[in-house]
Amino acid sequence: MTTTVINEKIPAPVGESKPRLENRKKATGAAIYADDIQFGNGLLHARILHSPHPHALIKSIDVSKAAALPGVKAVVTGDDFPGFIGLYLQDRHIFCRDRARYVGDPIAGVAATSEEIAVNALELIDVEYEVLEPVVNPEYGASPEAPLLHPDLSEYEVASFILPQAGTNISNLFKVRKGDVESAWEKCSAIVEHKYRIPHIQHVPIEPHIAIAQVDETGEITLWGSSQSPFAQRNLIAQALGISQSDMRVIAPYVGGGFGSKAGVSMEALAVAIATKVRGRPVKLLLTREEEFYTAFVRQELISYFKMGCDENGNILAMENTFYWGGGAYTEYGVNVTRAAGYSSTGPYEVPNVKTDSLCVYTNHPVGGPMRGFGMPEMHTGLEQCIDDLAHKAGIDPVEIRRLNCVKDGSILVTGSKMHPTGLPQCIEETSKAIQWGQKAPASAPNKRRGKGTAIMWKAPAMPPNAGSSAWVELAEDGTVNVGLGGQDLGQGTFTVCAQMAAAALGVPYESVRVATPVDTRYSPYEWQTVASRLTWSMGNAVVNAAKDARRQVLELVSEAWDEEPENLDIRNGVVVSYKSEQEQPLKDIVIYGLPKPDDQGWMGGPIIGRGKFMPTYVTGLDPETGQGERAVVHYTTGAQSVELEVDLDTGQVEVLRGVSAFDVGRAINPALVEAQMEGGFVQGLSSALFEEMKMVDGFMQNPSFVDYRIATTTDAPSEMESIIVEVPQDDGPWGARGIGEHSMVATAAAIANAIYDAVGVRMDGPPFSAEKIYLAMLDAGIVE
Amino acid sequence: MAYHKITLTVNGETEQIDVPSNMTLLKMLRERLGKTGTKNGCSAGECGACTVMINGEPVNSCMILAVECDGLEIVTVEGLADNGALAPVQEAIMESGGIQCGFCTPGVLIASQALLNRNPNPSEDQIREALVGNLCRCTGYVRIIEAVQEAAQMQ
Repeated sequence: MTTTVINEKIPAPVGESKPRLENRKKATGAAIYADDIQFGNGLLHARILHSPHPHALIKSIDVSKAAALPGVKAVVTGDDFPGFIGLYLQDRHIFCRDRARYVGDPIAGVAATSEEIAVNALELIDVEYEVLEPVVNPEYGASPEAPLLHPDLSEYEVASFILPQAGTNISNLFKVRKGDVESAWEKCSAIVEHKYRIPHIQHVPIEPHIAIAQVDETGEITLWGSSQSPFAQRNLIAQALGISQSDMRVIAPYVGGGFGSKAGVSMEALAVAIATKVRGRPVKLLLTREEEFYTAFVRQELISYFKMGCDENGNILAMENTFYWGGGAYTEYGVNVTRAAGYSSTGPYEVPNVKTDSLCVYTNHPVGGPMRGFGMPEMHTGLEQCIDDLAHKAGIDPVEIRRLNCVKDGSILVTGSKMHPTGLPQCIEETSKAIQWGQKAPASAPNKRRGKGTAIMWKAPAMPPNAGSSAWVELAEDGTVNVGLGGQDLGQGTFTVCAQMAAAALGVPYESVRVATPVDTRYSPYEWQTVASRLTWSMGNAVVNAAKDARRQVLELVSEAWDEEPENLDIRNGVVVSYKSEQEQPLKDIVIYGLPKPDDQGWMGGPIIGRGKFMPTYVTGLDPETGQGERAVVHYTTGAQSVELEVDLDTGQVEVLRGVSAFDVGRAINPALVEAQMEGGFVQGLSSALFEEMKMVDGFMQNPSFVDYRIATTTDAPSEMESIIVEVPQDDGPWGARGIGEHSMVATAAAIANAIYDAVGVRMDGPPFSAEKIYLAMLDAGIVE
Repeated sequence: MAYHKITLTVNGETEQIDVPSNMTLLKMLRERLGKTGTKNGCSAGECGACTVMINGEPVNSCMILAVECDGLEIVTVEGLADNGALAPVQEAIMESGGIQCGFCTPGVLIASQALLNRNPNPSEDQIREALVGNLCRCTGYVRIIEAVQEAAQMQ
């Protein structure tokens, strides 16, 4: 089912900045998050024993002393759970069985009557390890010299579009071979080559991961958690435990920030596994902030090599890119990040000759997961600096080279497919205008240098070709509307946006729409996951279809009751009206009890419930050798960001003065929420550019606290931020809408790097662009003494 | 574990409660008094999600023991509204769009209210300074700062 409604008049409240649906709950402390749910005094507290070694064989585990501690109700290890788990590549057990692969790998779990007892019990577990050489660099990990971290890689279950390389540490290899790169270099008048290194960073939701699991006497499992993916968790945990998906129930209350870290399955499986050993009792596992830093998913690190060239007019002729993704110990999502980076590897440019190798490599680092942008910020941070260097080398303005080469409607993309209509050129114009590109303002002090930088981006939802959404719409006695959906509001505002779309499609005021929360896999309709910036588009389509289905049912009933053609009937503001007879009847008189038959002898109709679904049907596979295919993705959201900043010559410190973002969102269902995504993403991007790095030494994270791992605070956000909405509609988006959640931080770090170069003429091999690094680079370059 | 009987005021109501010596104010509020609006983000005084007012001053409630609060006045996010009428700062943060996931919001609101109580007309820099200990990962802070400015106008 596809919805093509972009030629319709845009009905209210689509396009209006309605207030967030759950505003009042969140502003009064009434919103319930997972840790706020009360479970009474039967609650058990779980703690996890983690591997203290980045790489080791587990020779023996003795839990007898821990199990004997009063108050301890269960101690579990990998022996108890032989099943595999994993979203695309099933490469891990719930608890380690024979080998530990990162500092933090779960070795054993304890459930006890108090947190203190659980912590004490962990100290009583004896584990004998044989420590092995760790792999801490993905480029080395991909080499034949590296020790194998997953000797059984070729035996793991894997999705058809992921290509693990047997006998190596490479869990996925995505290749692009388009045109002829070798002969193209001869035609280039300017060629640049660069290596960049993007460190692991952490998502840092303010709410740590939490899961509470309970197994009842029939074996049915309930999991309450802070979750972006209740349905994926139902599916994967059921598979790992060998139970029916229908016996695995996930309830997902409000999420205190996700950014990808709460997608798929991570620590939730641990809570469930422990709960299976203490039937009847709820078991709560809440990560400490330290555990949050390295036992939850981290953003993958990336070592990237770029080579690109253009002719004397600035036309980019060729790109050759190699990406070594540090996937960490297991690859819940990393393999698909690698694929996404491969099929998007030119960035938002039309390039006739492309060679890309994108490799996901196992390392003895924390588990690489999805993070806002899904590989695109990591990739664009290098690529967009390289584009600037190419422009400088070719003697072309950095904005001009982007204008010239950026993807436009009909461009042939890196995978050979054709670009849909896109507003990227407008985004470039808008940001350049807003930042006053080409005009240099004086620095605010003699010891400061001012610079401007720009970067552009694209990103497609990275997901299986058939990721689906479903929704229902029912009406209550007073005509209010309840929307059932299975996606999650992480703060991005999807409940609000879906309520607006349901109101518009049905013909009722926004104020009369509710969303059925919390999402509960037992009662909510199926949704693949809240990832990939896909909900406004995919779940939105399902909601619109459900609302239209309910509307059709109402109008068919009224048509029969009033003996009028449905074309003459409408629902406006919650009232059914006839443009012909001018009859009117509010929905509340119709939607539960039906209507009397025209002859008054009996009744017709009954409770209205509309249903809708959406699943893309047109995404094709790609050739494993060339990466070419008919249609790799559903669509690309594109955009541009520009910054103005100052660098302090005495300290190397950067102050971002202004940030401008422009994104083509197809249609802004709620402009204020779109702008909020642009602002929040910009500051998260700024934070990743200037401050953030998981400092890893020999596999150990050195800075797992907010004191040592700094994120942007109020004093770091630029005082001037401008967010510009460009709308070139998506053919199968609801009223043309496509996603924006992740895109807003993709280009930020590159734009900041380009502005630093503009200000002081130095480049660093990777973020964070800390004061110290910039100062040392200026020293090296002879800019300061 | 030794228990202590303490008497304190929480959102204007007097509470008398037996608490173990090692229980933090945060834990007491959430687990003994059911005031779950106050959030736990780090248990280390670094993120500000658990900010409450103690005798008018914003304090990380994860860093103070319940027994130390004997005789003190505590205000949590649940206490900002007056009989269902929201405080200006609550109205303003909803209006400005300063709420996304909402997990930092209770701490942000308390820190903002404490600022407005001692300085009814704060400058933008003073607002940024007052909220520097309240981490927010969603909003980029801009709309939160706007909300405090707006609330100052409304008061």
